[in-house]
Amino acid sequence: MTTLTQSEPSRSTSAPGEHGPNRRQIKPLTVLRFFLVLVGACVMVLPFLMMVSTSLEPNTATLPTPPHIFPLNFTTENYSEALGSSNFGLYFLNSLYVAVLTTFFVVLISSLTAFAFARFDFRFKNVLFGLLLAGLMIPGIVLIVPQFVLAKTLGMTDSLNGLVFFYTAGQIAFTTFLLRGFFERVPKELDEAMTVDGTTVFTRFIRLYLPLARPALATAAVFAFLGAWDEFVWALTVISDADKRTLPLGIAAFQGEHGSAWGLVFAGSTLAVIPVIIVYVAGQKHLISGITAGAVK
Amino acid sequence: MTTTRLAPSTAATAPARRKRPNRAVSARHATRWWVPWAFAAPGMILFIVVVGYPLLRSLQISFYQWAVLPTDASTFVGFDNYTRALGDAEFWTSMANAGIYLILTVPLTLILGLFFAVLLNAKMPARTVFRVLFYIPVVTSWVVVSLLFKFLFVTDGGAVNWAITDLLPLTSEPVPWLEQRGTGLVAVAALGIWKSLGWCLVVFLAALGGVGEEQYEAASLDGANAWQQFLNVTLPGIRGTFLFVLVLQVIGAFNVFASVLLMTNGGPAGSTEVPLTYMYKQAFSFLDFGYASAMSFILAIIIVVISILQFKFFREKN
Repeated sequence: MTTLTQSEPSRSTSAPGEHGPNRRQIKPLTVLRFFLVLVGACVMVLPFLMMVSTSLEPNTATLPTPPHIFPLNFTTENYSEALGSSNFGLYFLNSLYVAVLTTFFVVLISSLTAFAFARFDFRFKNVLFGLLLAGLMIPGIVLIVPQFVLAKTLGMTDSLNGLVFFYTAGQIAFTTFLLRGFFERVPKELDEAMTVDGTTVFTRFIRLYLPLARPALATAAVFAFLGAWDEFVWALTVISDADKRTLPLGIAAFQGEHGSAWGLVFAGSTLAVIPVIIVYVAGQKHLISGITAGAVK
Repeated sequence: MTTTRLAPSTAATAPARRKRPNRAVSARHATRWWVPWAFAAPGMILFIVVVGYPLLRSLQISFYQWAVLPTDASTFVGFDNYTRALGDAEFWTSMANAGIYLILTVPLTLILGLFFAVLLNAKMPARTVFRVLFYIPVVTSWVVVSLLFKFLFVTDGGAVNWAITDLLPLTSEPVPWLEQRGTGLVAVAALGIWKSLGWCLVVFLAALGGVGEEQYEAASLDGANAWQQFLNVTLPGIRGTFLFVLVLQVIGAFNVFASVLLMTNGGPAGSTEVPLTYMYKQAFSFLDFGYASAMSFILAIIIVVISILQFKFFREKN
């Protein structure tokens, strides 16, 4: 971070002359570079291809060798069974309900909290913000036992709304941190101009800050949705009623019971991955800015 | 904003003086004392109830032989749960496994992440597509990728065994990957690298974008080759980010959980157990909440100490 300031602008003036010849020499290197990245990307994608291809083939006692990357005996029977008797349709809807509500509450509540930290001075402000930052560093699993005790006390086990409550609370620290940085960068002059017009703080929050923070809110929403959609450990701990399972829980439970029915397992998995890909590709830019917000400075 | 007011140059003080009357207006209108609290309250209350309070509660539970049923009384046992963990061979096996997992995953993930970030930092066709592809494992649920890797590492007819017996004849016998300690940890580590590589790549890529082009040009004028430029310009330029990624990856290695649970379930005979799976089973299979809480605190302390050591080590070298 400090090293970034060491750039020497005085030297850069002599550089452009070198640029042209350098470019041309690099050509074969660019091909090699492209090839290496392509190999890496294939390693990332191949397992997913095998997953989808296995889900589109009939379940067999022995796995096909060599492994299939594309389905050779195409069938959709795994999907009809997954959505029908295996209940993955219900799990999908449960997951969607939990993830959408969590996203809504996380964005709503965190933006209010972040606004308080970004634009006001109040007593204990730094203490409270320090608490939030500490919360970012606590590995979630350390809290799982007391949170389970709490969920029992509040009657929030075996409940989808209970999942929403705990997922929302768990994401608030990160999202508040993310949004605070953004609200702080809203020029004070805009705020003050509206203040002179006699608007209330709340109006300024709604009419000025939220619209300006739309990219940051999108980032927060993408993180909240993916976090809730993918979550497994907490759901495993508090959900025992089979009808309340989320998709990851349903997939894991199904694999535990029918170990080798890989076609069905992966039909369920593909259902779990599709919304992730949609949200991820749609929110790609926002996600990247969120990941790098804390890291690069 | 306070710094502009303190700045000695007249250019900086002039706009600050102009601002002051406005700020007084804003203060009169906005800061009734309860306003910030009203904004902060929903989030802070939720956070304190669900994260802050359980943290203290966890510390309390760790000193008790905790009774799961609310009607039963819990007994205060002092540091018994902690001394029990320190003398528990299975707990230390799980810690050792976390250490092995760390050594297998962290260096490779960082090196490969940086390698592909450097490659992708230059202009090339389909750059965004590649970045998206590398990142897909990161956003996919641990359940999906764990089961996927369990499938790849199946002993009879699994893709990995096919690759090492038929494709490249490295061995004649299929390896029972998930049925023994060493290979089980290797399989889990392979998943760990594959899943977090994209995250390292994206973070490094952003950091590389911040290293000034002129520094590379200056270095090449001085006759530095690509490797020397990497060592003398790139690495120092991303030092802060590198430390950040390293610390988070090490913390992540100690927090490995779902992949072990779903791929080996700690087996055979508990030999691939990691701290969190062992802790989780003590809590929710044996309902020994006090013991599990004590172990989670020991683990948290170890993680904090290691993180501080890494910061110290890198600061001193700086």
